[in-house]
Amino acid sequence: MTALSLFAVTGAVLIGIGFYGLIATRHFLRRVVAFNLIGSGLFLFFGATGARGGVTDPVPQALIITGIVVAFSASALGVGLVVARARLSGRAALPEEEDGA
Amino acid sequence: MTLAFNAALCALILAAALATILGRGIFRSIMFFIVYGLLMAVAWVRLDVVDVALAEAAIGAGLTGVLFLAAFGRLVREGAEAEPPRRINPPAAVACVGLTAALTWAWFSLPIPERPGPQLAEALPRAGVENPVTAVLLNFRAWDTLLESIVLLAALIGLWMLTREDDWRNRLGLPQHVRPGGVMSGFGRVLPPVGLLVGVYLAYVGADRPGGAFQGGTVLAAVGLVAAMTGLVRPPRISAPGWRAVLVAGPLVFLVAGLAGALLGTNFLTLPAPVAGGAIFVIEVALLLSVAVTLTFLVLGPPEGENRR
Repeated sequence: MTALSLFAVTGAVLIGIGFYGLIATRHFLRRVVAFNLIGSGLFLFFGATGARGGVTDPVPQALIITGIVVAFSASALGVGLVVARARLSGRAALPEEEDGA
Repeated sequence: MTLAFNAALCALILAAALATILGRGIFRSIMFFIVYGLLMAVAWVRLDVVDVALAEAAIGAGLTGVLFLAAFGRLVREGAEAEPPRRINPPAAVACVGLTAALTWAWFSLPIPERPGPQLAEALPRAGVENPVTAVLLNFRAWDTLLESIVLLAALIGLWMLTREDDWRNRLGLPQHVRPGGVMSGFGRVLPPVGLLVGVYLAYVGADRPGGAFQGGTVLAAVGLVAAMTGLVRPPRISAPGWRAVLVAGPLVFLVAGLAGALLGTNFLTLPAPVAGGAIFVIEVALLLSVAVTLTFLVLGPPEGENRR
């Protein structure tokens, strides 16, 4: 396995881990963290794709930098919403499911 | 040897990511996320994309980590940091393994393209800067970067809209208390000068080598945060007109430069080759200031008064 494939597969696994965190955890702050894992896994996958063919392509690099900044602003707004909700309701996590499923 | 290093790095990244999701307690999750971000920056260096590595280390690990820690502190104040008991969710796990498998399959079945495109090598001498990433960000794909700077502003406005009525006239963020002569105030004296130098250098050198307005702006934002947290400067209020002007300066200068391009006979946001270098420099200075201030305010959060519960 080449280095690029290694990083691409790592990115794919990160997306899976992040997605699991996003749908299977209950605390909102952990969900925002998981959302960031999906984002950076996607960047790694995309970055490895952009480096195929010998030379690193600057266009994906620029898009990834844009993506990192946009992901940060989305996280800042998301975290603000989590805190605002906790202030109003005293909770920052989804309640237990009643049927135990 | 390189393969062994890369494999170890990827294993560490995955372990940190797993600990972020499965580790007990939100605080631990945030700690592992910061470690994860730094490992990720090393991975970008291994992929030979230093511009992205700088952005990841500064924003992905540093600023996002501070953001999460600050949010955790606020949740503790509200008594909302506890997590309900967690159970493994098998259907979700299966779905996510399937997602990873599909992406892996996509990677190995995609054709290997010709890179970089011939148009880019042809156009690069006309960009006005030598760093191809900066050329793409501020010239060839300026649309993305213009909208990105506007997204930053929109996120800040959204965050400020969460301010409570009573807090609207307070200063941004939580009130900070620092013990005079303590470790924190020592940090406040030592770090800002170094950070200012590094941030401005990163932005300036971005025209020809790895760096740029966003990486430099993030370092400056870190300086701003240290200054605010150590009580060196007091955060402004939302209504401060000077700070508002700095917030819109970057997108505004970018937009004006784009319109000037349209008036000078090229297209909107297409910089004419003879003035491209100078125009990019002006845009970068404005963007640097706006990005630094916007990021600082995003991490500080909306204004909050004392003794709130």
